[in-house]
Amino acid sequence: MTETMKHTLLFVFVGVMILLEGMTDFLFFSGSWNSALVILNMGLISAIMAIGVNIQWGFAGLFNVGIMGFTALGGLAVVLVSTPVIPAAWSSGGVSIVMALVMGALTVVSAVMITKFMPAGKLRMLVLSAVMIVGFIVYRAIFDPAVGSVEAINPALQGNIGGLGLPVLLAWPAGGLLAAGAAWLIGKTALGLRSDYLAIATLGIAEIIIAVLKNEDWLSRGVKNVVGLPRPLPYEVDLQADPTFVERAASWGMDPVTASTVYVKAGYALMFTVVLLALLWMAQMALKSPWGRMMRAIRDNETAAEAMGKDVTRRHLQIFVLGSAICGIAGAMMTTLDSQMTPGTYNPLRFTFLIWVMVIVGGSGNNFGAVLGGMLIWFFWIKVEPMGILLMELVTAGMAEGSALKAHLLESASHMRLFTMGLILLLVLRFSPRGLIPEK
Amino acid sequence: MDLLNALVALTNYVIVPGLSYGSQLALGALGVTLIYGILRFSNFAHGDTMAFGAMVTILLTWLFQSAGLSAGPLPTALLALPFGILGTIALMLLTDRTVYRFYRQQKAKPVIFVMVSLGVMFIMNGLVRFIIGPGDQRFTDGERFVISARTFKKLTGLDEGLAIKTTEALTVVTAVIVVAVLFWFLNKTRTGKSMRAYSDNEDLALLSGINPERVVMYTWMIVAALATIAGVLYGLDKSFKPFTYFQLLLPIFASAIVGGLGNPIGAIAGGFIIAFSEVTITYAWKKVLTYGLPESLAPDGLVQLLSTDYKFAVSFAILIVVLLFKPTGLFKGKAV
Repeated sequence: MTETMKHTLLFVFVGVMILLEGMTDFLFFSGSWNSALVILNMGLISAIMAIGVNIQWGFAGLFNVGIMGFTALGGLAVVLVSTPVIPAAWSSGGVSIVMALVMGALTVVSAVMITKFMPAGKLRMLVLSAVMIVGFIVYRAIFDPAVGSVEAINPALQGNIGGLGLPVLLAWPAGGLLAAGAAWLIGKTALGLRSDYLAIATLGIAEIIIAVLKNEDWLSRGVKNVVGLPRPLPYEVDLQADPTFVERAASWGMDPVTASTVYVKAGYALMFTVVLLALLWMAQMALKSPWGRMMRAIRDNETAAEAMGKDVTRRHLQIFVLGSAICGIAGAMMTTLDSQMTPGTYNPLRFTFLIWVMVIVGGSGNNFGAVLGGMLIWFFWIKVEPMGILLMELVTAGMAEGSALKAHLLESASHMRLFTMGLILLLVLRFSPRGLIPEK
Repeated sequence: MDLLNALVALTNYVIVPGLSYGSQLALGALGVTLIYGILRFSNFAHGDTMAFGAMVTILLTWLFQSAGLSAGPLPTALLALPFGILGTIALMLLTDRTVYRFYRQQKAKPVIFVMVSLGVMFIMNGLVRFIIGPGDQRFTDGERFVISARTFKKLTGLDEGLAIKTTEALTVVTAVIVVAVLFWFLNKTRTGKSMRAYSDNEDLALLSGINPERVVMYTWMIVAALATIAGVLYGLDKSFKPFTYFQLLLPIFASAIVGGLGNPIGAIAGGFIIAFSEVTITYAWKKVLTYGLPESLAPDGLVQLLSTDYKFAVSFAILIVVLLFKPTGLFKGKAV
């Protein structure tokens, strides 16, 4: 069996799994097309995130554990781009908030300038702390009242600065841009230090982004969540009320309710596939180009690449920004799919470390591997729970009815997820470190 | 009088919590820094090791409580702690044997070790959730306060009360004892000296006949003990929840790096620096300032620099500043 055959079969395997999920309710399958499409949609998004991480790790050897932060920024972009404009918010405090943020940025920039251009010594410390303290006080003085007045507007539904009222699809590239901007800032400070430090810095920034999203109510309503975001596809209820659709559903032999849900989800799947294929094509082209070869040369031997006149830190920054932008796009797509922004649900185990498992299992350095890993691991992430319950039922079958241990085991089966993912990661790292589809 | 009140308020809300949180961070950071010094990688599973140790201790504490054992005014968890440490040591040695040793023999790059530690983190996290569940657990018992706010007010006649929880006092005392023992061990015993030698110069240590596997084994045992103690103290002082322990990773790493990765004294100093910055920046200074300043200058607002939810941002900002200006940390660490 050739390599290509084997790799195609792996993809076919994932496809068959998802088809089985729709067709049969044998063992851990649910036999519902809705559930199959839900898995497929999140699988596609996971695959895109995995491509982003693979670009950073597989192409350039950068260890980014802040994926959750970039994903969340993508989600924020959806809120800021697609929700309707709230004129009252802008007239009452929105402008001041923007001004305050500009003031804050200016303070930081001038602090950086001072450290760069003033000679080191007591005077520099003095000027620096004076600028920082004055900047902070001015920032808070403008910011606090403005936030208060924005949050006072219709707090049950809005209380934030609202969005631009643009089509939601525009939010996807916007999410990428937002994530790219954040990545540039982090990369500027943390790249060029040793690899562990980038990991810790990205871990920190992701936590901070989530903290900001949870607490800054004026931005995206914080933990009060933004629900009912605009959708690029029609609502199920509207479809069910549409006589032509009901007729078409009848001709497919489905009842209108199921047909409408499947129709919408399949629509999303189609859109996500288009984005995935486009990004995959671009990543593939980049990998094969002289630029991609340069990246891999830097990854394999930084000193040699530097000797050839390559600016390693700049190239690292470039690829860090690109990979993070892809994660931002995926984050925006995910928020669009959920049509709600819930900062409380971002969890690093699910949004950062699971993506890493996908990349390592799929095969780091290979874009197809990343896509395969994304789809496959997502399927297992969803299905480990029913599998665990099945397993526990099997284990506890012999135990006495109503024993405490049995109850505990059955109840805890759903926590098998993390354990299984860790086990998969360790096994792959140990016995097949190059992954399912290795780098060529 | 007002000045005294200000001082008491400051001690009550800033110094006492800062000291106990700092001790917890310092113990955690010591574990991270030892792993970094001897095994040369950043251990992402450390937070979950703490959670595992605390979990074993909690389960035993419940067992002891139901058996009627108690430590008088002190929490029962202290009795269970040695057994918790033993359990964690067993798990650590097992992990090292089954997971890390392979990569040591391969001489894998540090970043591979970090990735492997991610896998271990997942497994431990899953294990803890599987056994004890993801929810909050409280296991503190015994006397609640060394000195409560009311007694203090009565004793001194001041308006401000000073409350010191038993767990806070216990944390600081335990941390001092543990650190003293650790430094005695590292500086005076043969094994400790061989550990430091191995950390300073691996080749030279091997040349002089130090057995690397033994050094690694002792390191894991010490780290397991430190992690368990830190985890239990944190759980006693606040509460036990697996996810919080995972989130402690960031301040712990920040402490270790600020002090200089691989340097034990640095880890302790780093722990207190991070803890006090977090507490002072997120504390609302209104009360202290109202007492301390003359009437006319008394502040209107809360005088809170950042809301408490941004405490991660504080440790992170300190971390970035240190990385930018002094990448080896305040006390010379190994990392560049």
